[in-house]
Order: sequence, then C-alpha cells, then structure tokens
Amino acid sequence: MTETVNEPARRKTPRASLGSSEGDDIFGTFDVGVARRFLGYLAPHKRAIFTAQTAVLISAACQVAIPRLTGAAVNRAVGHDASGLDRTLMIFAGVAAAYAVAFFVGEWLSSRLAQRVIFDVRRSMFAHFQDVSLSFMDKTHVGRIMSRLQGDVNALQEFLENMNGALGDMVTLVGITVVLLITDLKLGLLTLTVLPALIAIRAVWLPYSKTSFRVARDASSTANSALAENINGVRTVQESRREAMNFELYKDKAFENFKAQNGASWMTQIMVPTVDVLTGFAMAVVVVVGGEAVLGGKLEVGVMVTFILYVNRFFEPVRMLSMQYTIMQRAMAAGHRIFEVLDVPVTITDKPDAIPLKDAAATVEFKNVTFGYDPKRPILHDISLTVRPKEVVALVGPTGSGKTSIIALTHRFYEVDQGQVLVGGHDVRDVTLDSLGKTIGMVLQEPFLFTGTIEENIRYNTGASLERIIEAAKSVSAHDFIMRLPEGYDTPLGQRGRNLSMGQRQLISFARALVADPQILILDEATANIDSFTEQAIQKALKVLFAGRTCMVIAHRLATIRDADRIVVLQQGRILEQGSHDELMATGGLYSHLYTSAHASFDDQVVAVTGDAEFATRT
Amino acid sequence: MSDSRPPGRDGAAAVSIEAKVDPRLAPKVLPRIVRLAMNYPWLLSLAMLTSLGSALASLALPRLLGHAVDQAHHLLVQGGAQAGAARKALWFTAGLVIAATIVRGVMTMLSGYLGEYVSQRVGYDLRLQFFQHLQKLSFGFHDKIHSGDLITRGMLDLEGARVFIQGGLMPVLTLVLLLGFAAYEMLRIDLTLGLIGLAFVPFAAGALARMGFLLRVTWLRFQELMAALTLTMEENLQGIRVVRAFAGKVFEMTKFDEASMRALAYSYDRITLRFRAVSVMQVTFNASMAGVLWFGGHKVAAGTMSVGTLTAYLTYMTLLQSPIRQIAMIFNSAARATSSGARLFEVLDLEPEIADRPGAQPLKPTKGVLRFEHVDFAYGPGGKTVLTDLEFEVGPGQTLGVVGPPGSGKSTLANLIPRFYDVTGGRISIDGVDIRDVTLASLREYVGLVQQEAFLFDSSIGHNVAYADPWAEEERIVGAAKVAQIHDHIAGLPETYETRVGERGVALSGGQRQRMSIARGVVPGPGVMIFDDSTAAIDAVTERRVRDALSEATRTKATIIIAHRLSSLMHADQILVLDEGRIVERGTHAELVAAGGTYADLYELQTRSDAEAVIDDDVLVPASEEAGA
Repeated sequence: MTETVNEPARRKTPRASLGSSEGDDIFGTFDVGVARRFLGYLAPHKRAIFTAQTAVLISAACQVAIPRLTGAAVNRAVGHDASGLDRTLMIFAGVAAAYAVAFFVGEWLSSRLAQRVIFDVRRSMFAHFQDVSLSFMDKTHVGRIMSRLQGDVNALQEFLENMNGALGDMVTLVGITVVLLITDLKLGLLTLTVLPALIAIRAVWLPYSKTSFRVARDASSTANSALAENINGVRTVQESRREAMNFELYKDKAFENFKAQNGASWMTQIMVPTVDVLTGFAMAVVVVVGGEAVLGGKLEVGVMVTFILYVNRFFEPVRMLSMQYTIMQRAMAAGHRIFEVLDVPVTITDKPDAIPLKDAAATVEFKNVTFGYDPKRPILHDISLTVRPKEVVALVGPTGSGKTSIIALTHRFYEVDQGQVLVGGHDVRDVTLDSLGKTIGMVLQEPFLFTGTIEENIRYNTGASLERIIEAAKSVSAHDFIMRLPEGYDTPLGQRGRNLSMGQRQLISFARALVADPQILILDEATANIDSFTEQAIQKALKVLFAGRTCMVIAHRLATIRDADRIVVLQQGRILEQGSHDELMATGGLYSHLYTSAHASFDDQVVAVTGDAEFATRT
Repeated sequence: MSDSRPPGRDGAAAVSIEAKVDPRLAPKVLPRIVRLAMNYPWLLSLAMLTSLGSALASLALPRLLGHAVDQAHHLLVQGGAQAGAARKALWFTAGLVIAATIVRGVMTMLSGYLGEYVSQRVGYDLRLQFFQHLQKLSFGFHDKIHSGDLITRGMLDLEGARVFIQGGLMPVLTLVLLLGFAAYEMLRIDLTLGLIGLAFVPFAAGALARMGFLLRVTWLRFQELMAALTLTMEENLQGIRVVRAFAGKVFEMTKFDEASMRALAYSYDRITLRFRAVSVMQVTFNASMAGVLWFGGHKVAAGTMSVGTLTAYLTYMTLLQSPIRQIAMIFNSAARATSSGARLFEVLDLEPEIADRPGAQPLKPTKGVLRFEHVDFAYGPGGKTVLTDLEFEVGPGQTLGVVGPPGSGKSTLANLIPRFYDVTGGRISIDGVDIRDVTLASLREYVGLVQQEAFLFDSSIGHNVAYADPWAEEERIVGAAKVAQIHDHIAGLPETYETRVGERGVALSGGQRQRMSIARGVVPGPGVMIFDDSTAAIDAVTERRVRDALSEATRTKATIIIAHRLSSLMHADQILVLDEGRIVERGTHAELVAAGGTYADLYELQTRSDAEAVIDDDVLVPASEEAGA
C-alpha cells in the first residue's frame, strides 16, 4: 500500500469485527439460604435420597474393606492356613458382591434423582415465567432468561450428580486413613504424610489452573463467535469480497485459541507427575519401613500388601473432592441466580373470588385511567373511553402517545395506577385471566409463529377442527397461498415462519385470531411496507376480522383509519380528539392537519417523479 | 418476500441434517482423522514413545513391589542372618520404586501433553480449513443448509473429530501396551494364574465398549430431545405476548411437560445403561481378584509360589483397571468422531459450485454495458425454472426498474449478476465478455448489490459501512452515509461512527438497517449498482431523498432497481414487469401506463386507493414536539 501526497490518508489498520467472549466469572461461595431453599426440591424424594446415601456409604465401606481382606488372605497363605484362606475369600466374595449392588443402587439412584430435581427446577422456573408481569419480560432479554434456564440449571445438575459420589469419596478417604492407622500406627502415619503434601500442592495449583482454564474458555468462545458471525453473514462477506481478510483475522483468533488450549492442557498435565511421585514416595515408605518391620517380625507380610494396595487408592478421592468443591461454588452461584428469578413477584393474578367473564356485552371502558410503566412517569393521563359493542375504533397518534398502553391495559398485561378498565362491564381485575384471554383476541404488529405446521399455528390452543381452520384461512385470503406450499396446511414453518413472507405471516396470524373467535379484537397494524398483492389481501382480511366484533386497532394505514367507526387521536397520553373521519376532517384539528399533510407528501411525490399533473389530481 | 432463496425443504438437500452414528462410516472417517494427526509425525511419534515409556515404568512397579515383599519375607524365614544386606536391598528397591514413578509421571505427562498438542493442532488446521471452505461455497449451498447447522459443525463436530486423537487414538495405544505387557508377564510366570487374573478383561471390555458406543448414540438422541425442549421454552418466551393474548398458559405448560418428560425418561434410560456396564466391570474384576487370591493363595500356602509373586499379580490387576475402564471412553470417542467427522468432512469435501474458471482474467470493463442474453435459471438440477429467456441491456448512466409479484424471480435476477448463482441457460455479459470468464473477485468488485435485509456485524457502525473496503478513509464513509441519509442519525449516536451495533450495541430500526445497507453498497463505488427492494422499510419522504442523492452518486453507472413501490422506479429508463420468471411487459413508465397492462393496474391500485399509504408514527409527531419526544 503506497501513499501519495494527493491521496487522503488511508487507515493504517483495517476495521475489524470486535468479536466477543463470555468471560463472566461465576465462582461464588457457599450460601446457606440458597442451599436451604434448594432442599425444598429434595423433600419429595426423601426416601430415595436415604436409600441412595445408605448405598453409597455401604459401597465406600466395601471399597475400604477389599484391600484389607486381600492382605488378610495373603497372610493366611503365608501362614499355610488353607482353610483360613478359604474363609477369608468367602468374606471377600460377599463384600465384593455387596459392593457391586450398593454401588449400582447408589449411583443409579443419585443420578436419577439429580435429573428429576433438575427437571423440577426448570419446570418451576418456566411456569413462573408464564405468570410474571410483562414489564419484567420486557426488561429482560430472552437470551438471558434462556441462559438461566439452561446454563444455571445445568451447573446445578453437575453438582447434584456428584453430590452423593462426593459423600462416598469422603467416607472412603476417612476409612482408608482410619484403617491404615489402626493396622500400624507408625507405618500409617508415615504413609499418610503424602496426603497433606498433595492437598497443599493442589491448593497452590488450583487458582493458576482456574485462570488458565478461563483463558482457554474465553479464547474458544471468541474463535467460535467469529466463525458463527462469518457463517451468518456469509452472503455479505461474499458480496463485499472480504474472504481473504476475514480469513486472516480469524486465523489470529484460532491461533490464540490453540495457544490457550495448550496452556490449559499443560496445567492439567503438570499434576500427573506430582501425583505419581507422591505415590512413589508412599510406596517407598512402605517398602523400607514396612519391609524392616516384617524383617524384625513386627509386621505381617499381608499388612505390607494391604498398604501397597491402599496407596494406589488415596489420590482419586482427593482429586474428586477438590473438583467437587469447584462444582459446588459454581452451583451456588447458579442457584443464587435461579432463586433470583423465582423471586420475581407475580403481580397480576386472579383474585380469590375472580369470576369468569361469560356472555357479557362486548364493551370496553376506560374510566379515568392513569398508568405508567414507571409510576412516577405516567404514559396515560386520566383516560376515559368507551367502546360500544361491534364498534371499530382506530387509535392514532405519534410514538409514545400511549396507543400500545391502552391495548395492553385492556388485556390486563399491566395493572392501572388509577382508575378502572372494564370489559363487558366488569373490572378486568375481578375476572379470571383465562376468561379475559378468551374474550379478547389480539393480533400483534409482528406476527409471531411457532414451530409446527401451518395448521397447528392457526389452531393454537383452540382445538379447532381442520374444516374450521380452512374456513378461517379462506376468509382471510390465506387459503390460496397455503395450498400452493409443498405440503399445504401440513407445511412445517421454519424458524419463526421465515419460509413465508411478512404479509403471509400476517395473514396466518389473522386466521389464528379468527379461529379463536373472540368477541373483542385488538389489533396492532403492521407498519412494514408489504407488496401490493399481499396488501390487498390484508385489507380484505381486515374487513372480515372486524365484522361483527368490537375492535380496537392501532392503525397505520390510511384506509384502515378512514374505515373505522371512530378515530381516537392520542397525544402524550391524552385523548386529543375523537370522531369519525368526516367529523374530524370537518373540525379541522390535528387529525385533519396530519391527514392532509401525510396525503400531500404522498401526492407530491407522484407529481415530482412523473411531472404529470394528471396523476396528482386523481386522489 | 425473499424470493431469492428457495424454501429449505425444496429439492434434495446437499447435506444431511441428522447426526447419527453409522458404524459403517468408521473405517473411512477414523483413518482420515488419524492421517491428519500424522501431519505431525515427529510430535506424534514422541507422544507414542513417551506413552511406551510410561507403560514400561508402570509395569516395573508390580515386579519391584513383589520383589520387596519377597525380600522382606525371605529374610524373615531365613531368620535375619543377613540383616544388613537385606536392609540395603530394601533401600535399593525403594529407590527403584521412586525412580520408576518419576519416570512414569514424567512420561505420562509428556505423552498427555503431546497427544493433546497434536490434537489441538489438528483442530486448528481443521478450523482454518472449514472457515475458508465456507467462504468459498456458493449461495446455492448456503440456501440449503441452515446456518445454525453449519455453526454446530464448525464448533461441536470439529471438536468431536479432533478429540479422537487424544481421547481415542492415544488411549488405545496405552491400553494395548499395558494390557499386552501385563498379560505377557502374568501368563509367563504362571499360565493358570494369569488366565484367572485376566479373565475379567473380555467381559469388562465387552460391557464397557457397548456402553461407550450406546451412550454416544443415545446422547445424540437425548440432545435432540433437549433441543426440542429448548425450542419450546424459547418460543414461548419470545412469543410471550401471543401466549398471554390467547390465554395459552395451560396449553404451553402441557407442551413443555410433554417435551420435558420425554427427555427425562430418556435420560433415565441412559443412566441405567451406564451404571449397568460399570457394575459388570466391577463384579468381574473382583471375581478375577478373588480367583487369583484363591488359586495363588493355595499355591503360596502349599509353598509352590512366593508371596511376592502373588503381590505382583494383585498389583498388575490394579494397574490394568484404569486402562480397561477407558475402553468405554475410547468407544465413545470413536463413535463421536465417526458421526462428527462424517458431518464435518461432508462439508469440506463439497466442491464450490461457483469458482474461477481456469485461466479466468480480471474484468476490464471498457464501456460498462450489462447484458442478459436469453438467460434461463433454475435452482439445482431438475429444480423448478425460476427465470426464462430474459433479455435486456443496461448501459452506463442508465437505470433499469424491475417489478413483479412475490416469487416472480426479481431477486434471483439480481443475484445472478455478481454470480451468486450461475445461469442455467444463456449468458450474462459485461461489454460482451461472459461474466463466467472473468475472476469472481473482479466481478464482485465491479457489481454492487444492496440486499433487502442488511446483515450487521457485531462491530462499529463505521466498520459495518466500510465492510467492503475496511481501509476506506473516513470521508468516503461519511459521504456514503450521507447519500444513504443515515449520517445525521449516526452523528447523533454517543460515539458516532465508532458506536457498536447489534446485540451488544445500539439497535437500529428496519429502515435504518436498510439505509446502512445502502451506504455499505455505495462505499466501494462499483460500476453496476443493484438495489434489491432495499428501500421497502424506508418511509416515502426519506426514500426520495436517498434516491436523489443516489442518482447523483450513480450518474455514470448502470443501475438496477427492484421494488414494490412504483414511485421507487417509475423514473427508470426502462421498466421490466416480471411474472413467473418471464418478462411480460417492458417500457418506460409512461408507455406502460398507456399500454394498460399489469403495470398500469398496479399503478392504478397504488395511486387511486391509498390503502398502502403508511403513516409512520414519527410522521405524526408535530414539528414542535419532535425535539421534546
């Protein structure tokens, strides 16, 4: 790259993606509160837990006994006691069998319990999300909720699965120590000196290894997110011919990852010779000290064999226990976050004496309603509004004028601060949420479709027959395009229905609302510009939807606004004016002003582009 | 409507989606992974040598310990006549034990580290290869395979293949060495005792191998069940308003419980599978141990075997326990590597459909006339014909408008020009040169395509605008942003052009994203500019400003505008009306309106009824309040 004086200065470094890593440190400490609440989830399984723990204890005891019995058998052999040898071996066989059974029962039960409890925790979190207020859901990113439902729950699972194992390890360790000391105090003490050494070394090693593992984890997530981004944006990459440069940038990240992974592997491997040398030391002690004792007739040969067999079993429990400690710290942090979620209060629930809303008149009434997501900053001020049965009311107003809040309050997504919202003459707080949901249907601005077939999406939770579904699809002009799809109504929808156009998704959501057949319909009209062909279908479908229903529409399209029985113009949380299109045009208020100016800009454009006055006069 | 991409289920997918373990693939996939490791012959040999060293040191231990027991025992029997010599011998043996463990520790460490090093290195190589290959595979490939699936292949499957070197290949080596040497020793000293001691191996190995394999297979199924559960939860949370609006809580909880219970029941089965095999291993091991003690013990009692030999047998068996246990891991790793490797190599082995021809020259445009000559196009062989016999020409300074119903092939037409797909009949030329005869890089530099949906990278706004030319000077970026009418918005952001966009930065509206996309297209200054419905989400007033600025910027270029809104393209020199992939009408706006065909109907519809007039909420903000809002 050569720079000349005339050329503007080129950047020295290319702009590059920032990449990212999820490097949050998650090590917490033991929290009695978390642990206690957690026991609540274990309570229903008391008997299974008791059985599992007993089994784990038995298997640990057996594990300690087996080397001891081996040593005893050797002693009998050395003492030429053939029948004693047989007796010892009978016991050995019994213990081994008991061990196998106890081990299986203990581990099998604890693993199942861990899974069960985890599924229970996940379920109670998920159920809680169905009840918490939408203001909480608005504030919280779905990705973050999901990471709690998955990451945190999984951290807990790891801990639970290993909990009983840890108990067994602890018992084994204590058991071995006791047996060694009882068998021969001096030899036992000398052999056991390696244990504190091992624990000390691990204590020094642990913080270093943690850092190194975290670095490796971060490097890997950075490299992976760069790969994911390049895959998601591959069309843009090819359009912009960024292949070579992106490869170079990725290469650096991949190499960083390579180095970090090797660092972590080194950290793991460094413990191997440490443990080995300590084992060797313990064995050497047994050989020299034990050998001398045997030599002096103070120790039986079998005991020496027992010691040699025990030395090989020290280290595994120590390693497992220190691992479990780390897992516990992680689980505590996770548990903390899980309970944080479960503690989010449920503000909107059925009153104890709530009545189902049935056969009430399809009216909506706002009585002096004041409301704000933050009560200190109200969005709606003293709104009073009555929607009569089968009336179509269009809500119009700039962003932040309170249109969305009005429809959200009608469905009791939020609680009013002052005043009352009445549906069918009942305060929405006095009726059951379920019956309110069945009375009021809602079509959102962004149609949301679930994974499943088109048929399932239109049916949703109504249990409607296929005929009813087809009928609904026909009346909103969705039937034709559905039939053109490869599998008709059985066509599965891809991610959020991405295999359909925006307009088509909209029509499906109309059909869904039609099948639910609510008395009152709330609709937030899409702002997106939809191709003319689908647009026509949508306009027709809207008429079908509105027919015979009480409707509140946040309207964006002039056609929809004009066709409404009444237009309510909102501004800064207050109703500015209301009336039919003609009435409002006649009064010459804000609406008429906006209507003409919006129209004018549309027409201006036609004139400007074509220079043909004929078109301008056609409206 | 993105009619540029066929629905994912259309036609035969190039790549399978399911992750299944097919053992028949193992003889093909596993050797390929091993060959990748053999790219590092010295490191791999060193890893194997150290593994051998560690096995030998391990095997010395039982003999040494047996020896020590014998030394002590014999001297006891002989009545301590040579106590001094005996003590010396014990110290000597102890020294050997420590030496052996040091050698074993260091060798194990080195072999572990080197094995992992080679494995990580292979992972690194595969990563680069995969990344590069995906960049070369054409749109036709990326249409057929879900991006999430590709990411899984590049992350989890790549890891699964790589890990085989350290988790499958090296442990096999250790297992064979240890088992081989130990079995040789055990059988050599006493054939019967050796057979009893080794009796547990086939049972344990069989049970563990089966478990390792089955755990992997069922793991994949379990993951599918968990993914279904995740999807249920995620959709519920994302669509929470729909759920609430339809009072769908009970319905949703039922859905959740079904998915959840299915996964739980399956995980119970896996737990049983696992512990059953581990129990078989323990029972058979302890039975062998008891057998050795019984048979060997009676021999010792009868005086036909030394107690040290018996000890050596017991220690050999203890030594074999952990490598035998690893059989489960080896089989698990092999099964994982087979399915993962197959999925990874499947992608790596695909030839890019669109690549430079041998001898392709860089494009050297003279005038810059773009021509479609009897162009036909279908997605994939035997696929549905999307475009038929297209014939048109756009010269420098000219604008071509394309209009048509969804699915008429408009976006496909746009994607053919930068060769994101290749024509299946006829040809596209620039100044008479077939675009397939020039290099892809030069063609794509010359053709700028602005898509309907802008993909924004997790990076600064400046980087996103300058994506095609990351070295571009500031002025050009600002200039492009001004053309796209997005500069004022950017200038108002906290860090202007350095502001981060995307999930971790500021969110942009649909219209702003489209304007970003236009700015991005303007930066490199291509010779042909194509706008594929790239103003659909921009309000009419802003669009007009964009168009005015653009016509200034593209004065000398060939421009193609695809749009639904006729006002976006009615000023074009020529307008094509597409229907089902054919040109059904062509002419200027005035000619087409006069002709009274589809175009005229559409125009009638859009002007007469203002049904489509969308009042952007912001338009409704009275000027006086805009500042305060």
